Amino acid sequence: MAEESLPPVLVEINDLTKSYRRGLQIIPVLQHVCLNIRAGEFLALMGPSGSGKTTLLNLIAGIDQPDAGTLRIAGVDISRLSESELAIWRHRHVGFIFQFYNLVPVLTALENVELPLMLSELPRRERRLHAELALQLVGIADRMDHYPRQLSGGQQQRVAIARAIVTDPVIIAADEPTGDLDKVSAQEVLELLTRLNQEMGKTIIMVTHDPRAAERASRLQHLDKGVLNACTPGM
Amino acid sequence: MFKLIWRNSLRHRLRTTLTVLGMAIAILSFGLLRTVVDAWYAGVEGAAADRLVTRNAISLIFRLPLAYLNKIKAIPGIKRVAYGYWFGGVYIDEKNFFPQFAVELHNYLDIYNEFIIPPEQRQALLKERNACVAGRKLAQRFGWRLGDIITLRGTIFPGNWELVLRAIYTGAEETTDETRFFFHWDYVNESLIKTTPAIANQVGWFISQVEDLDQAPLIAAQIDDTFRNSLAETLTESEKAFQMGFVSMTKAIVLAIQVVSYVVIVIILIVLANTMAMTARERQEEYAVLKTLGFQGRHLVTLIAGESVAIALMGGGVGLAAIFPAAHYFRTALGNYFRVFHVSQETLLLCLVIAVLVGLVAAIFPAWRAARLPIAEGLRRIG
Repeated sequence: MAEESLPPVLVEINDLTKSYRRGLQIIPVLQHVCLNIRAGEFLALMGPSGSGKTTLLNLIAGIDQPDAGTLRIAGVDISRLSESELAIWRHRHVGFIFQFYNLVPVLTALENVELPLMLSELPRRERRLHAELALQLVGIADRMDHYPRQLSGGQQQRVAIARAIVTDPVIIAADEPTGDLDKVSAQEVLELLTRLNQEMGKTIIMVTHDPRAAERASRLQHLDKGVLNACTPGM
Repeated sequence: MFKLIWRNSLRHRLRTTLTVLGMAIAILSFGLLRTVVDAWYAGVEGAAADRLVTRNAISLIFRLPLAYLNKIKAIPGIKRVAYGYWFGGVYIDEKNFFPQFAVELHNYLDIYNEFIIPPEQRQALLKERNACVAGRKLAQRFGWRLGDIITLRGTIFPGNWELVLRAIYTGAEETTDETRFFFHWDYVNESLIKTTPAIANQVGWFISQVEDLDQAPLIAAQIDDTFRNSLAETLTESEKAFQMGFVSMTKAIVLAIQVVSYVVIVIILIVLANTMAMTARERQEEYAVLKTLGFQGRHLVTLIAGESVAIALMGGGVGLAAIFPAAHYFRTALGNYFRVFHVSQETLLLCLVIAVLVGLVAAIFPAWRAARLPIAEGLRRIG
């Protein structure tokens, strides 16, 4: 495929380094990572436990800050944003899917999906319409009044996906979205993510241990001990 | 946001119920203790600004000659003068204590117009030498009816004093003391002239009503100047200052009650702060998730402070609802000690403000921690 016909680079990561401090000990997690992700890509990040894949996902999603290097998303260097600027940026540009769904237990499915919209200036009626639409998209509109405890794991993850897409983000960051699901539910969730990528053009970055889940991705990257297997920013 | 705050506050039913109960008891205790303090100051609060009390400058236990009456009356600006003394009799048994005064009733009732007496009862009271008048609550306490004979055993003025209840007064306001008992000073004095003339024609105090409030300090000084260098020098002060003199004798007790009332609040503040700290610690992951969705520190502060205030207000509301029946019980059971036991609007408002403040202060530490929590750190607790 010729370079001109490729979609634009959405995520530009250059020489990214991140370490954590445990007492006096400094533990390097990511070392000089370079990675470009094009708009509309479905990227799977794999690697052994502690390889730094979740940390990399967190950095891309703007929920952690790198120690060094640059991280540009849609032209914005998010490593330079203040905490409140980053919160607004996350709200507008990123939808996050967790392994354990992390729905608010005292809110119904609909209210959970509506939650990110509470930060917008949308009137209540419109917020509700958006949330209902998101639940319809993930095929769980009939359970909108159920509380998380009344839903199965797969259903809860669908609600979590609806919550991630309700603000129409550019990037969907998924941290082992099928890690807590049975085989059937996992397939359904992966099917849903594939649809979001192919039909709605969402850029998806998914951390997974499951090779079958990784097969759904259009691109696979392996991380080992904080180093990407190939540091070729042009990929 | 309000929906989330409300549902979060009911998330741990047992914990919330216990905290609400604790808060309710604290607010109830605070409100009642404040009302006890108010009751202590009831005499001071009930004092009128246009009334001056003249007593012996040495001490209240020393009397003044009745002869001072005309000299006081002659001072310009004085509208009415009454006089009397503390009788201190025993009704059947010493435990039946109530305040008794032998006074010059005609002027006294005009000066104390907050004691409301039906005209026909007033007429009967003033006409009869050994007639007496009791407050509504006092009459209720002993089941007295008009025409009943009330016998007091004198302790300061020896003998049995038979009095006929000719009037029952009601207070013009809710805070008016309705437990007092008055009868004619003349009735006692006539007897003293015969039995112990040395202490006859004396009064414990004069009470003067002034025409112009602004002139009251000047008139007080004039009264005292009139009797300067006499055998019984006088001290004239406003009725409020006079009543305050009694309260200040028990200042330490009042102070102790006030301190206890605030200690109760501090204790419940610690309890609620502990509840909120536990709650916030348990929800760290949830706060991290909310932050991932774009919520900021200030949103989490609103959530935590809102929940804390909601719990505090629930407790405050229950406490305030319980304060009225509790105050009624106090009035009924401890009427001898607290003649006026009225829960004031200021106390209710203070209880409400304290409930909100306790809620806010209890949320400071957990809210600060949640606002500062790095998302990655919060999420690492997951799985």
